[in-house]
Amino acid sequence: MAIHPSVGKPISRLEAKEKVTGAARYAGDYPVDGMLYGYIVNATITKGKILHIHADDVLNLPGVVTVISHENRLSLPWLDLKYADMDAPPGKVFKPLYDNEVKFNGQPIAMIVAETFEMARYAAFHLRVDYQAEEFRTNLGENMESARPPKVGLATSLKPPPPKDRGDFVTAFEHAAIKASGTFHHGTEHHNPIELFASTVVYEGDNTLTIYDKTQGTVNSQLYVANIFGLHYKDVRVISPYVGGAFGSGLRPQYQLFFAAMAALMLKRSVRVTLDRSQMFTFGHRPPTIQNTMFGSTTDGLIIALGHEAVAETSQFEDYTEVVVNWSNMLYPAQNVHTDYKLVPLDVYSPLDMRAPGGSTGMHAIESTIDELAYNAGIDPLEFRYINYANTDVSVGRPYSSKELKECFAQGAERFGWHKRSPAPRSMRRGNRLVGYGMATGIWEAMTAPARAKAILDKDGRLVVSSAITDIGTGTLTVMTQIAADEFGLPIDEVSFHYGDSKMPLAPIQGASWTVSTIGSAIKLACKALKEKILKKARTIEGSPLSHATLDDVAFVNGQITLIANPSTGVSLKDVIQKNQGRSIAATKLSVPNPLKLKKYSRAVHSAAFVEVEVDEELGVVNVTRAVTAVAAGTIINPKTARSQILGGMIWSISKALREETIPDHRYGKYVNPNLAEYHIPVHADIHDLDVIFVDEKDDIVNPLGTKGVGEIGLVGMPPAIANAIFHATGKRINSFPIHFESLM
Amino acid sequence: MNNFSYVKVGSVSEARALREGNDHARYLAGGTNLIDLMKYKLESAGTLIDIHHIDENRTISSTEQGGLWLGAFVSNADTAYHPLVEQRYPLLSRAILAGASPQIRNMATNGGNLLQRTRCYYFYDASSPCNKREPGSGCPAIQGYNRNMAILGTSRHCIAVFPSDMCVALAALDATVVTQGPYGERRIPFHDFHRLPGETPEIDNNLQIGEIIVGIELPPEGFPEYHSYLKLRDRNSFAFALVSVATGLTLDNGVIAVARIALGGVAHKPWRIAEAEQFLVGKEPTREAFAGAADIILAGAVGYGFNTFKIELAKRAIIRNGMMALNPASQRPGAQPSLEP
Repeated sequence: MAIHPSVGKPISRLEAKEKVTGAARYAGDYPVDGMLYGYIVNATITKGKILHIHADDVLNLPGVVTVISHENRLSLPWLDLKYADMDAPPGKVFKPLYDNEVKFNGQPIAMIVAETFEMARYAAFHLRVDYQAEEFRTNLGENMESARPPKVGLATSLKPPPPKDRGDFVTAFEHAAIKASGTFHHGTEHHNPIELFASTVVYEGDNTLTIYDKTQGTVNSQLYVANIFGLHYKDVRVISPYVGGAFGSGLRPQYQLFFAAMAALMLKRSVRVTLDRSQMFTFGHRPPTIQNTMFGSTTDGLIIALGHEAVAETSQFEDYTEVVVNWSNMLYPAQNVHTDYKLVPLDVYSPLDMRAPGGSTGMHAIESTIDELAYNAGIDPLEFRYINYANTDVSVGRPYSSKELKECFAQGAERFGWHKRSPAPRSMRRGNRLVGYGMATGIWEAMTAPARAKAILDKDGRLVVSSAITDIGTGTLTVMTQIAADEFGLPIDEVSFHYGDSKMPLAPIQGASWTVSTIGSAIKLACKALKEKILKKARTIEGSPLSHATLDDVAFVNGQITLIANPSTGVSLKDVIQKNQGRSIAATKLSVPNPLKLKKYSRAVHSAAFVEVEVDEELGVVNVTRAVTAVAAGTIINPKTARSQILGGMIWSISKALREETIPDHRYGKYVNPNLAEYHIPVHADIHDLDVIFVDEKDDIVNPLGTKGVGEIGLVGMPPAIANAIFHATGKRINSFPIHFESLM
Repeated sequence: MNNFSYVKVGSVSEARALREGNDHARYLAGGTNLIDLMKYKLESAGTLIDIHHIDENRTISSTEQGGLWLGAFVSNADTAYHPLVEQRYPLLSRAILAGASPQIRNMATNGGNLLQRTRCYYFYDASSPCNKREPGSGCPAIQGYNRNMAILGTSRHCIAVFPSDMCVALAALDATVVTQGPYGERRIPFHDFHRLPGETPEIDNNLQIGEIIVGIELPPEGFPEYHSYLKLRDRNSFAFALVSVATGLTLDNGVIAVARIALGGVAHKPWRIAEAEQFLVGKEPTREAFAGAADIILAGAVGYGFNTFKIELAKRAIIRNGMMALNPASQRPGAQPSLEP
C-alpha cells in the first residue's frame, strides 16, 4: 500500500504535547544533583575601569561559595580568535572577565556562585563595586560624523556590502519628473524570547562537561567553550532539544554560558546560570539605524533613480553589519543607483541579528518611499509595483532562480480586497475612524549552508535521522521527520529525528531562514546514501527479486523495497536487517550547495503584504484591523508550521511598526525599560484578522528540496505596509518606528 | 539570604498588634506589587504580615446609607464582576477591568490597589537616583525619558505617576477609605488619601504606620446611567495608562445635574478639579461643554518634553469620554475608545 507523502501536509508539531504539558525541559530546567547556582553582576557604569570588587562583603554570607571576577578568574587566552564564535562579526570579540575595563552598560563583571539561586541573587545585590567612570557616547543621532565603512571579515560572505553604484544617480534623480525621499529612524530592539537565557553545566569529572544551553547552535556553543577553556571539543557536549524562542539572540553564545562553564571548571562542580529578564537587555540587539532615501521615476511611474543610505550603530569592538541598502535594486530595475552603508561605533554591546536583520529595517525605508513615489505619480501603489516588476536581479545582472511575486500580488490583493480602496488619503472612514489600506513587498535571501546528516535503519526497521541542529520553536523536528519519511515512503510515526546535540552530525547555527533548506538537503542526501547501502545488502539476500536492481529501479514504500516495474515483488526492510545479522545500517553525508550552479542565479523568497488600519484621529489610536501576507517560498514542507512562522512575523510587524522599542537614556548610556511590562510587545487585543497565503512556486535551483526559508519573510513587508496604510488613512507619512499615538493626534 | 519572617494572621487586630512597634514589618495582601519590588531590592521587610487570609472585610454589601461597602481583602476581579458593582457602579467595574491582567486582578486586593507604587523607570532602576526611592538623591525623570510621567501636581523632586485604574474611578465616585489604626477607625475621603510629591515624594499616601485599610465605602450615587472609563496606552491591554479618564454624569431634563471627571496617568494621584465639574452643571452635555471643563482641569499642566503631548491628549480624552458617558453601551472592553462619535 502506498503511503501518502508527508511533505506538504499541515502536520502539528510532534513535540506539541511535551511543550504544552510542561514535560519539555529547557536549558534551565534540568535537575542535577549537588548543583550550584550563579547570578551575574552587571556593570552600572557605561565606560571606565573597575577599581575594586568587594567580594569579602558577600563571601561570608551563608551559602555563598565564591565570587568570580577578573581578579580571580581562570587563566584565559588573550588571542581574540579563541573567543570568536561562528557568528562573530569582524573586530575584537568581547572577552568576559578578561580585565578591569568596562566597555558598555550592563557588562557582566562578576558572578556570585551559591548553593541556591536566591542566595546568589541576594549576594549579587549586595556586592559593592568601585569604578572609575569615563566619558562615553551611546547616541547614534549625535555621533553621525563618526560614521565610517564597516570592516570586512568572514561574516561579510553572508552579509554582502552594498553593491557598486550604477549609472549616474545624482543626475537621474535631479531630473526625475517624480521624486520621493525620506529619513527613517529605527531604535534599538531586544529579541526577548520568552525562555530566559540559561546554561546548566554538568561537571562530569576530569574537565569534561555536558551543557544544557539555550542556543541556536549546539556546535557553536561547544566550540566556544572548548576554545576558550582549552578543552578537547569531544569533552564538551552541548544539548539543546527545546529552545523557547530565540529570534537570533542565540546565534552567538551568550555570557551565561561562559560564566557557567568557567565556574564549573574552577569549582569542579555542576553549575547553572540563568539570566533574568533585565539581563537579557545587556547583550545583542537590533541596532538603531538612520536611513535616507531618494527615489525618482518618470511620470509613467518607471523608476529611474534609487538612492539609499544607512548609518547604523555598532560597538567599539566589533563591526556588526546588516544588509540594509542592497534590496531596492534587487526589486526595482532602475539603472541609476546609489547606496551607502556606514557604522558608528558607540559604547554599547555589539548588535546581533534579530529576526529579518537589515531586511526589516531597510525594506521599511524602501517600501514606504516607493509608496510615496506612487502617490506622487498618481498611480495605485500595487500598479506601481507591476510597472517596475523585475524578472532579473539587475543589481548583479542575474535571473532569479524563481520569483512568483506577481502571483503574491494577485492572490494577496484578491483576498484582501485591494480593489475596494479609494485612492485618495483620508477618503475612507468607518464610524469615527479613518480607514487606510497599505501594501508593500517583502524580500529575503534564500540561503543554504553546508551540513552533515546521518540516517540509520535501526535493528527494528525504523528510520532514524539525526543532525546537531536545534529547533528554536519553528517546527524543525516535525519538518525534518516529514522529509525523511518521504525519502523512505514511511508514515511519520515510523521515523525519528534526533537533534539538538553537538555529538550529532555537524550543523550550522540555526538562522538566516536556512534550516529547512540546509538540514533538509543533508537529510535527503543521507537517506539516499542509506538507501544505496540497504539495496546493496538486499541484493545479497538469497533469491532476492532485487538482485540486479539499482536505486532507480526500486521504490521504498511502507517498509518494503519494491521493483518499480513489478510492485508486487520486493524485500522488506526487516529482511534486510536480518540479512545484516540484526544490526542496524547507517550512512552519513555532507551536503554542500553547488556554488557553480547557484552563482548563476539570485535566490530569494518574496512576499506581498496588505494591511488595513483604523485610526481614531482625535485620540491618535491606531489598530491593524486586517492583514494578508502572500508568500512565494518554493516548496512548503509543512503549511501549518510555515503559516505559524508567517503569522509570528506578521504579529512582530505590528510590534515593530506600533509597539516595541528599547528606550535609551543617553545621559547614563543605558536602557530604561528592560522588562516586559514596559517593553511593549503586542497582546491578544492588538491582533485582529491575519491571513496567510502560500503561492505555488517551483524552484529546481535553490536546493534539492526546492525550499526557501520562511523564518524572516513575514517581518519584512508588513511593517512598511502598516506605515503606508496609516498614510492612506491620515495623510501623514510617519517614518520613525514605533509609531505612537502622539504622532497621529 | 534576604531573610524575613512570614506570619499569617486571622484578624485585623492580630495584624495590627504584630505591626505595633515593628518598624520593619509590612502587610502582605495580594502581593502583586510588593513581592516584585522585594525581588529587586526596591522594598524590604523584616516581617511580612500576611493579611490575605483574614475572614473579615471579604464582602461586598449595601450600606445603610444606600451606598456600597467594598471589603479591603476582596480581589479586584471579584469586585469588578460583583453584581452590585456591575449594576450600580459600572464605572468602577470598567476601570478595574481596564487594569493589569486577569491573573493579577485575581490576586490583587482592593486595599492593595490603593497602595501600589509608581511605575517610573528610574524608581525601578536601583542604580539610578530617585527621590522617591532614596530621598535627596535627585530625579532623573525631569530631564530624562519622561513620556509616562506626570503633567499635573508635580514638584521639583518628583514627576512620578500613580498607576492605578481602579482609583481613578474611586476618586470620581467620591469614595471613602476606611482604616483601622492606632487611634481606631478612620474615614479618609478619597481625595485626601493619596498625596502629591511635594517635598516628600517618598510618601505616596496619608496612611499612618501600622494603619490598615479595611474597606472602601461608596456613596449612593454610582452614575449607572451615564458613565465611561477611557484608557489610552501603548497597547490595547496590559499597559499602564498614559492618560485615563473616569466620567460620571447625572442629567436633569437634558442638562447636567452632577458631573464627575477624574484623570489617571497624569499625576501622583487621581486628578479631580471641583471647579471643572461645577462648570458643567446646568449645561447640556456637548463636546463644547466638556472642552470647557477640560481647559479648566488642564489649566496648570506642565509638560517635561517627552510627555508634553499628554496635555492635549488629556483634553481630547476628557471631551471624548464625556460623550462616551452619554452612551455607556458604546464602550468597549479594555476601556478602548468608542467606535461611534
